[in-house]
Amino acid sequence: MRKLRAWLLRFKGLFLKDAREREFADEIESHLQMHIDDNIRAGMSPQEARRVALMKLGGIDQAKEAYRDRATLPFLESVVQDLRFTLRQLRKNPAFTFTATVMVALGIGASVASFAFVDAALIKPLPYQNPSRLLFVTETTPDIPRANFSYPDYLDWKKLNRAFDSLEVYGQRGLVVSTSAGMEMVDGARVSAGFFHTLGVSPLLGRDFYAGEDLPEAPRTLILSYASWQKRFGGKQEIIGQSITLNEIPYVIIGVLPQHFHFAPVENPEFWTTLDPGRGCFIRRSCHFLNGVARLKDGVAIEAALADVTRIAKDLEAQYPDSNRNQGATVAPLSEIIVGDVKPILLLLLAGAVLLLLIACINVASLLLVRSETRRRELSVRRALGATRSRLIRQFVIEGLVIVVVGSIAGLISSHWATQILKGLIPTDMMAGMPYLNDLGLNSRVLMFALAVAGFAAALFSFTPTFRLSTLDVREGMAEGSRGSAGKVWRRIGSKLVILELTTAMVLLVGAGLLAKSFYRLLRVGAGFETKHLITMRVRAPLSAYEKDEQALALQRKVVDEVKSLPGVTSIALATTLPLSFNGNTDWIRFVGRAYNGEHNEVNQRGVSSDYFQTLQANLLRGRTFTDAEDMSKPQVVVINQTLAKKYFPGEDSIGQRFGDTDLNPKSIKEIIGIVDDIREGPLDSEIWPAYYYPINQHPDIGYSVVVRTSQADQSLIPTVSDAIRGIDSRINISSQTTMTQRVNDAPTVYLRRSSTWLVGGFAAVALLLGVVGLYGVIAYSVSQRTREIGVRIALGAQRSTVYRLILKEAGALALAGIVIGIGCAIIGASLMRKLLFGTPPWDITTLVCVAVVLGASALLASFLPARRAASVDPMTALRAE
Amino acid sequence: MGTKTEIWQGTLALMILKTIKTLGPLHGYGIARRIEQISGDRLSLNYGTLYPSLLKLEQEGWIASEWGLSDNNRKAKYYKLTRSGRKQLAREEKGWNQTTAIVARFLEPAEDQS
Repeated sequence: MRKLRAWLLRFKGLFLKDAREREFADEIESHLQMHIDDNIRAGMSPQEARRVALMKLGGIDQAKEAYRDRATLPFLESVVQDLRFTLRQLRKNPAFTFTATVMVALGIGASVASFAFVDAALIKPLPYQNPSRLLFVTETTPDIPRANFSYPDYLDWKKLNRAFDSLEVYGQRGLVVSTSAGMEMVDGARVSAGFFHTLGVSPLLGRDFYAGEDLPEAPRTLILSYASWQKRFGGKQEIIGQSITLNEIPYVIIGVLPQHFHFAPVENPEFWTTLDPGRGCFIRRSCHFLNGVARLKDGVAIEAALADVTRIAKDLEAQYPDSNRNQGATVAPLSEIIVGDVKPILLLLLAGAVLLLLIACINVASLLLVRSETRRRELSVRRALGATRSRLIRQFVIEGLVIVVVGSIAGLISSHWATQILKGLIPTDMMAGMPYLNDLGLNSRVLMFALAVAGFAAALFSFTPTFRLSTLDVREGMAEGSRGSAGKVWRRIGSKLVILELTTAMVLLVGAGLLAKSFYRLLRVGAGFETKHLITMRVRAPLSAYEKDEQALALQRKVVDEVKSLPGVTSIALATTLPLSFNGNTDWIRFVGRAYNGEHNEVNQRGVSSDYFQTLQANLLRGRTFTDAEDMSKPQVVVINQTLAKKYFPGEDSIGQRFGDTDLNPKSIKEIIGIVDDIREGPLDSEIWPAYYYPINQHPDIGYSVVVRTSQADQSLIPTVSDAIRGIDSRINISSQTTMTQRVNDAPTVYLRRSSTWLVGGFAAVALLLGVVGLYGVIAYSVSQRTREIGVRIALGAQRSTVYRLILKEAGALALAGIVIGIGCAIIGASLMRKLLFGTPPWDITTLVCVAVVLGASALLASFLPARRAASVDPMTALRAE
Repeated sequence: MGTKTEIWQGTLALMILKTIKTLGPLHGYGIARRIEQISGDRLSLNYGTLYPSLLKLEQEGWIASEWGLSDNNRKAKYYKLTRSGRKQLAREEKGWNQTTAIVARFLEPAEDQS
């Protein structure tokens, strides 16, 4: 305690210097006076008295120094001195200080911002209890690795499994809620009753679903999301027990979910309802529309769980061969389902940022190295005057620390901005699938990362010049104009660092090149139709008003007629599912007049209106398309895509052939009347599946997408078209108004590749710049060190071209080493990000060659300037200079 | 005069505390003179080294200081013992006596050596 008190007082002593010094001077003065008085009284002369008093005291300055050491903390005080000295030095060299700080800030800012994303998505645990024991569970088919559950299958799995504590299902559902502003379409979810219990989430307000609340006879209840509670009900507590009408059915609100709850597989649900089984899809074993989430039993491994559900799937296949043929099982950690898609791009982001950080640090380190070289004399003098080695090292450490601290603070601030900007760049649709990014920010883990990075940089910056110090020879350093081993040592380390920099730049450049090429390839695959000048929107009419097929059909025709008559509209079509959405919404077909052994001929099934192919400008290969008159009253017809024709009618004419459902139910028999060139139903990077298109007029619907081809700027027509449709019936809900071009650009596959191309491209550009600057630094320094040598060479008759060659050879060797090592590393790196590449191998020769040429040319340019300086050395000046 | 003994580290603090206790509030010069007198001029005390020790004792809270006037009307800084300083002195005295007693036993000629 006493010791601590003394320490604190001494620490305080660091700051109250002047007053203390004055007081002690007074005390010594009075001491001396008293002593002199006594001495005079003892009979000495005044001079003698003073001399003896001073001698006895042991010197005023020595006393003051000893006193000062005790009054403060001498170590800290010298640190403060060093700090002042450092700040003075840095102020004297604003260019160096600015460059070094900006580089550190850039490196730290980029890496911390990237880490914040990685943290939010991959490190921060999901907001469930013990999330690592949660599994995503569902069925598979040969074509779809993660298909959906049918409700009867789910019930069997739930009953028969031995691996799970609980198995629950969830599904997305669209809900229409009537508000004062009319009908509004909102996202909802339906879950089995134990869903939240399995996740380990309890409602913030109210209660969870009771067991059995998901049975047909149970009253309809729902749980609100926190956002919906705030938005629609102003966060009022009294809403529990109140009722709300969704899809024209009243529901009782029983609970509100916690604010930070999110469940990405269901996008943006405002209302969580229970399943309402007992009818429709729920009673059909072949209707797949749910996904499962399970909690693993303690001590059961994921492999054992997979074996368990595979066994169940096999049993069900044997029991229900008709519906369950080839239906397998799959399990995966829930976290993989939630963040699996963004994982590669986030890791790419982090890797790019860390490489950039590395380059930035190396550049600063080499700047410091050059500086320590130019301070050789100063250091030698200080050493000769008695500065200890540790004192000199401390000087460098403090200098490194100052740069790192300032750079880190600037870096942290910029990383905050960077995360906000990057987050803003994510389209809203994609953001809905990544709710975990909502609480992105500088939390304790991110700050720890920043601290670690800063620590690494500080260690590097203080170590580099310190290493240099060990080769310092005092005598040699002080000798005027001497040059010894020191310069060579620096050139050796410096050139290694530059090779490392160029390698890093090469890796990033190759990555950017491969991604750019993949992106280009992706956009060139072709959708099978003309994507420009198309606007699309989703329309949904109230079921109560259009319950009968005739009513729905009449509305469909009216929508088409109204929109077609608008100025600027070339044509309009309706479709149950837009192209470039997904492969799915399939049908199992069986061909009339062919042997059938129960296999699942799974094909995409799309209902479209008569002008669909003409509106999309898809290419009709054979036969004809539908007419508007082909409705419920006419025989069923379909147009198939080329893939279906090739797969099921190889070398055979498919026109006129007929197919139906797996039982060949007479009502399901359709005749093929045309073949259309493949239209990409799924994302651009997906395979083309067999597909058939039926006239939507033969199965009228109240919800469908509208596709409008316009003759002019498409964006501006969106409100006109929406108004025209709403003018037919104000209860019609219109959502997802956009253009096809926009849809292509915002599609996750395209977005993912475009953003990674830009990200890596940006990193690569900065890396190239920094790497080339680093190379320039090394070569320029080397030239400055060899001025004398070059002068001698020229004086002895060397040609200017020889000098050029000398310097360029040095730079060329470094650049070549960087490029060669870089190509090796880049191929390894690119193999790791294969998932993001499309139609481009990691060793793509054109990319590698282009990048090598770019880097080589930049390196040549960077070394040309110092080479010219070397060649223009005037031998007389060079020889006289030192 | 004979050879002068250097002051051990740590014993100076004890001497200072004891001096202030015996003589009451006293300035640095007075303390130094008193220590020299008591030792019968057998200690070589560099007066300058006294002040860091006084500062240390003050930082630890054993003594306190204030400015006053000396006998011949000179301004001087006076040091006095605090309450905790009094206790500390008692502790240190006891400790010192024990230590010297133990050391003394080692240095006594052994009686049963034969």
